[in-house]
Amino acid sequence: MSEREVDEVRKLLKKFVPTVRDTELRRDLWPAMLKRMEQPPVHVPWWDWALLAGVALLFCLFPGMIPALLYHL
Amino acid sequence: MELLERFAAGDLDAFESLFRQYQSLVFRWILRIVRNSATAEELTVETFWRLYRAHARFDPARGNWGAWMRRTSTNVALDHLRKTRREVPLLDDPPDGAGRGHEPGERAELRREIERAIGLLSPRLRAAVLLALVEEEPYENIAEALGISVGAVKVRVFRGVRILRKQLSQAGVHS
Repeated sequence: MSEREVDEVRKLLKKFVPTVRDTELRRDLWPAMLKRMEQPPVHVPWWDWALLAGVALLFCLFPGMIPALLYHL
Repeated sequence: MELLERFAAGDLDAFESLFRQYQSLVFRWILRIVRNSATAEELTVETFWRLYRAHARFDPARGNWGAWMRRTSTNVALDHLRKTRREVPLLDDPPDGAGRGHEPGERAELRREIERAIGLLSPRLRAAVLLALVEEEPYENIAEALGISVGAVKVRVFRGVRILRKQLSQAGVHS
């Protein structure tokens, strides 16, 4: 692929996708921040840990899955 | 004591000062990736929440606050894109003269096809393409925010463009 092709896609995107560069924050978010800080910490259920352990085990047994997964993330 | 030192020590007033000083900057950066104001506001709060929780790990003598803040906000935005992969809000208002030369119906159709094609990109390709090609952010800034080299950013932009061209071509849209 050439720079020219990238430039063509750039022009098409700029034509239909508006830039948000100049959009300003409309309100002070500090009250929302305080509310967020008051929330209790998220409790992770035990089955989520079990699932994570299962995935880790799969990666150990089949390391070839790691690049495939990373590609799709 | 300097503001960053007080923040690292867990001082809430110092955190508030930093928040008020940088909330607009973080909001604008996240908005460039997620492209929705309400979502960008939520994610700005989430970014500062992560920064606050990690205050003890920040070393003001060695750490670069700006880079840390930008990396964290980028990660928060990418996490959001991973959760909402197929939804592609590109804001309601197209730029002035968007799609000039096309009929209104054709313009809406083209816009839908472009949104759909962008939605097919993985979050990291989508972020690189939008930041580089739409927002015209310097590659160095994108590389710092994504924690990769400038060369790797260029590779992501090329890969993203290749996928976009393929999808748009299949939909009968030619750039």
